[in-house]
Amino acid sequence: MKKIVPKHPLAIRWFHWINFPVLALMIWSGLLIYWANDVYRIGFGSTTLVKFFPDSVYKTLSLDKRLAEGMSYHFFFMWFFFLNGLAYVLYTLFSGEWRVLLPNRHSIKEAWQVFLHDIHLRKKAPEVKGKFNGAQQIAYTSIIIMGLGSLLTGLAIYKPVQLGWLCALFGGYKASRVIHFVLTIGYVLFFLVHIYQVIRAGWNNFRAMVTGFEVHTVKEEEIK
Amino acid sequence: MAGTLSVLFKKNKQLNTDELIRKKTFWSFFIFFCLIISAFMGWKLLQQQPKVNGVLRPFKNVMAANEQVFNKILSDKHLAKEYPLSEAVPVPRVNGYLGMGNEFDASQWSLIVVRKNGDTLRVSLDQIKKLPKKDLVFNFKCIEGWCQVSHWAGARFSDFISAFGLQDESAFKYVGMSTPDQQYYVGIDMPSALHPQTLLCYEMNGKPLPMNQGYPLRLIIPVKYGVKSIKRIGTMKFSDNRPPDYWADKKGYDYFSGL
Repeated sequence: MKKIVPKHPLAIRWFHWINFPVLALMIWSGLLIYWANDVYRIGFGSTTLVKFFPDSVYKTLSLDKRLAEGMSYHFFFMWFFFLNGLAYVLYTLFSGEWRVLLPNRHSIKEAWQVFLHDIHLRKKAPEVKGKFNGAQQIAYTSIIIMGLGSLLTGLAIYKPVQLGWLCALFGGYKASRVIHFVLTIGYVLFFLVHIYQVIRAGWNNFRAMVTGFEVHTVKEEEIK
Repeated sequence: MAGTLSVLFKKNKQLNTDELIRKKTFWSFFIFFCLIISAFMGWKLLQQQPKVNGVLRPFKNVMAANEQVFNKILSDKHLAKEYPLSEAVPVPRVNGYLGMGNEFDASQWSLIVVRKNGDTLRVSLDQIKKLPKKDLVFNFKCIEGWCQVSHWAGARFSDFISAFGLQDESAFKYVGMSTPDQQYYVGIDMPSALHPQTLLCYEMNGKPLPMNQGYPLRLIIPVKYGVKSIKRIGTMKFSDNRPPDYWADKKGYDYFSGL
């Protein structure tokens, strides 16, 4: 017997799907800006392991020589990113959704079990009480804190003199830029894992992000 | 198939669970795809907007709105952090050559100030050097994203205004400056120009400005990106309209460019 089980409230679905193209545009326009001074790398001494980014990346994605354009997009869509994020946080606070989203004292243990299950070192998936498992709670809360981080480091870079205290809080102008960049890399990594997990979880889970409900199969007597 | 379609328009009460799932899924995805299509159309519409100064008009409008939001926090009390002399780089980066043509004759130079009534005032470097000298070691920020702690010195723009009786001129909203050859020019809002760290600068690292840093007199304005720190100021004008600005007029950069 099938049963319709509500999962994601309408507001959260809106915030989620608005955020997706907006964040994509912020990352893209951010790359147009970053190109003008692309100094970041991973390495030691004069040895570079990973350069952000090789010239071929800019050429392939047509990211080069578009600084002014990048800034104009970035400082336009920043408002959508900010307002949508703010609306999401306020909604989760006032609707009580924060209760299922925030990690609790079981989350770390549960996240570890989920991880072991994901890499096939544990046979049984841990039993999850709410909508989200511990790993999800940690991931979905972290991404909001990262969003706040992007917003604040962004402001620190945007107005480093007028908001000098904010810039100093992040360790200065250069450090604010590094944090802003690292957070962006973080979103890309989050996105990759997120897509992988969504594909793995299957149709029922994905449908819930559009329709709001999941379909559960239950025994006859459980339906009232 | 006909059964599937009829489900979409029936009332929920008339449907069993399977039919209800089908109906709700269909309508949700229908709306979802409509939204994706409208997002694409919105994107296309945005791209078709006319350009103003090399920027799509909606972006130009938002730049102006951003300025109105963020110029509220511009204050003489908010100072760019100053560093000890030891942190200044020995050779500050030279990033622009516009207006630095070789045919410049330094012996003929004096700063031309166009007064409100149209008269011109000529000010020599020695006259500017007589004003109180302000040393400034700060993190110079380029719009490209790099920054450098560098050491500059000169007269405060605000001191220059009061010393030469330019109070009427500083009541205008903007000051415009251009190089002697008119190849480079900037426009700056008056509150930023009058900021206590805005300098008419004639020294770098304790020595007269090198030619490629705008000898004899350049602007150093820490509340703006480096594009506004014009080298080799030839003429200074005042107006309520925005004076021409090289990077904002032609290349699509933000006119305000405030930090």
